[in-house]
Amino acid sequence: MKLAQRNYYGKALEFLGKTREDIVVLDADLASSTKTLDFLKAAPDRFIEVGIAEQNMIGIASGLAASGKTVFASTFAVFATGRCWEQIRLAVAYPKLNVKIVSTHCGISVGADGTSHQALEDMAIMRALPNMTVISPADAYETYDATLAIAEREGPFYMRMGRSDVPTVMPEDTGFTIGKANVLVDGSDVSLIGTGQMVHACLEAAEALRKDGISAEVINMSTIKPLDTAALGKSVGRTGCVVTAEEHSIIGGLGSAVAEYISEEGFVPMTRVGTRDTFGESGTPNELFRKYGLTAGDVASAARKTIAKKR
Amino acid sequence: MVKTTEEIARMANVLRLHVVEMTTEAGSGHPGGSLSAADLMAVLYFRVMKHDPKRPKWADRDRFILSKGHAAPILYSALAEAGYMPVEELKTLRKMGSRLQGHPVKDKIPGIEMSTGSLGQGLSMACGIALAGKMDGKDYRTFCLLGDGELQSGQNWEAAMFASHYCLRRLTVFVDRNRLQISGCTDNVMNIEPLADKWRAFGWNVMEADGHNIDAIIDACDKADKADRPSCVILDTVKGKGVSFMEDKVEFHGKSCDCEQNECAVREIMEAIEK
Ligand SMILES: Cc1ncc(C[n+]2csc(CCOP(=O)(O)OP(=O)(O)O)c2C)c(N)n1
Ligand SMILES: [Mg+2]
Repeated sequence: MKLAQRNYYGKALEFLGKTREDIVVLDADLASSTKTLDFLKAAPDRFIEVGIAEQNMIGIASGLAASGKTVFASTFAVFATGRCWEQIRLAVAYPKLNVKIVSTHCGISVGADGTSHQALEDMAIMRALPNMTVISPADAYETYDATLAIAEREGPFYMRMGRSDVPTVMPEDTGFTIGKANVLVDGSDVSLIGTGQMVHACLEAAEALRKDGISAEVINMSTIKPLDTAALGKSVGRTGCVVTAEEHSIIGGLGSAVAEYISEEGFVPMTRVGTRDTFGESGTPNELFRKYGLTAGDVASAARKTIAKKR
Repeated sequence: MVKTTEEIARMANVLRLHVVEMTTEAGSGHPGGSLSAADLMAVLYFRVMKHDPKRPKWADRDRFILSKGHAAPILYSALAEAGYMPVEELKTLRKMGSRLQGHPVKDKIPGIEMSTGSLGQGLSMACGIALAGKMDGKDYRTFCLLGDGELQSGQNWEAAMFASHYCLRRLTVFVDRNRLQISGCTDNVMNIEPLADKWRAFGWNVMEADGHNIDAIIDACDKADKADRPSCVILDTVKGKGVSFMEDKVEFHGKSCDCEQNECAVREIMEAIEK
């Protein structure tokens, strides 16, 4: 089954609008796309349209949070992080304010809109900020649960999701624990660590590898920061090699986070699947995933290559 | 709390004395833009604002956001004199381990509402605070001090539009119109005139006042209190005000006095205080 994560973000906001008086949602003229419109319907007095003014949106969020509100601020991932990075740094991250920056339309799955709208660097620049937790749910259900989970937890969060419908990979009632990875398939030859919709590609890759007699472990790393190093260490300790997969640049995101941990703990072969220091372009998500090397086949061949490097 | 015009004027000079001494002691900091705002700060903290140093998180307190965060010394001085911290602590400005960071840090000292220092952001934060008050049916006022050079930053105008759109009438902004910024005259660096017309065009209640006349500042604050929309008070000021050799001198934007200068400055301010 394929479902759009943002629809479930909207549903979760709608629920929060009805159940929590302290929640305020901000959007910058993209509420119909980010689905914060669902919150507007549930709690019209607590939905604040800021217009096309993302830097101001972060400052408003900061002031509201300093006054006791739990604030969600949404727009497309490029604008939510790039246009106002320094505002997020000073007004949200440094004072540890209760602001949840939740972006939609991350990655090349944005498709036809092209490079200006395809955030492939957002996790990198958010991850670099002290006090910032970074979350990238794998599917619609997990997005719903993660939205409720971050609303419960005080402090700054960045959560990203794509525009398109993505296959569901998590059972509906898994729940969401911030900072905890989920092992979806046990395996012994290679660890496939995915985030966002690339978790599904990892599952497909594991299936393909299984036919060749290769046992791949699949982990959904939906919290990029803080990284679940316990789960990662345990898995890699068993398999001896690792492949990461993300719809994001291989610079600064999941792959970097895992590589930082792996290299400080001792060397094992590793390959990062992601966009390779490049911008995207217009096309359908499928065409772009093929061109930029983000298919299940790319994950599987990365796994084969990485296993071959094991001593 | 100080009340009369004379007492507030005297307090402004006490704050000036602290600014000069603490920046000299630190060997760095921004005295110019701190001194130009001294009279306003004395009016706010010792007359206009509803606040209580014993209850810095009191829900109904008036809020002040120093958007031009480099003027931290004047905020620290006002907070110390108002009783938020010991006056002796002012000497620790900019030193390792001090609560008096180079630019204000939220809650580092009770009474600091927001972290600032990156120009152009404070008004947005103030809008958020004012909006929360409106949503919660509270009557507290939110005050925000902006530099005139700072107004070159576009985010201010996003916030100005926002405040007017959401009719944040409990929000009052002051522009420290000292006509100087780092690279020289605001008029030459990037002209911001016609300033009053700009704010008016954004739907604000606009006033102009002598920023070194205590009664004029109080009067503007009182008028803003009754306004049906956000208010902007453009304060005609002199950078470095109160120390003759610092007045209207661009070099004292971000430079403290040397020993000799400090002595002269202290003598001049002391004379004004004792008058
Ligand atoms: C975004 C940003 N850019 C640059 C600076 C460096 N800076 C510090 S003070 C200043 C000049 C400020 O001039 P003005 O707003 O007129 O303040 P005042 O004259 O009251 O000191 C500059 C450019 C900064 N703090 N933030
Ligand atoms: Mg100036």
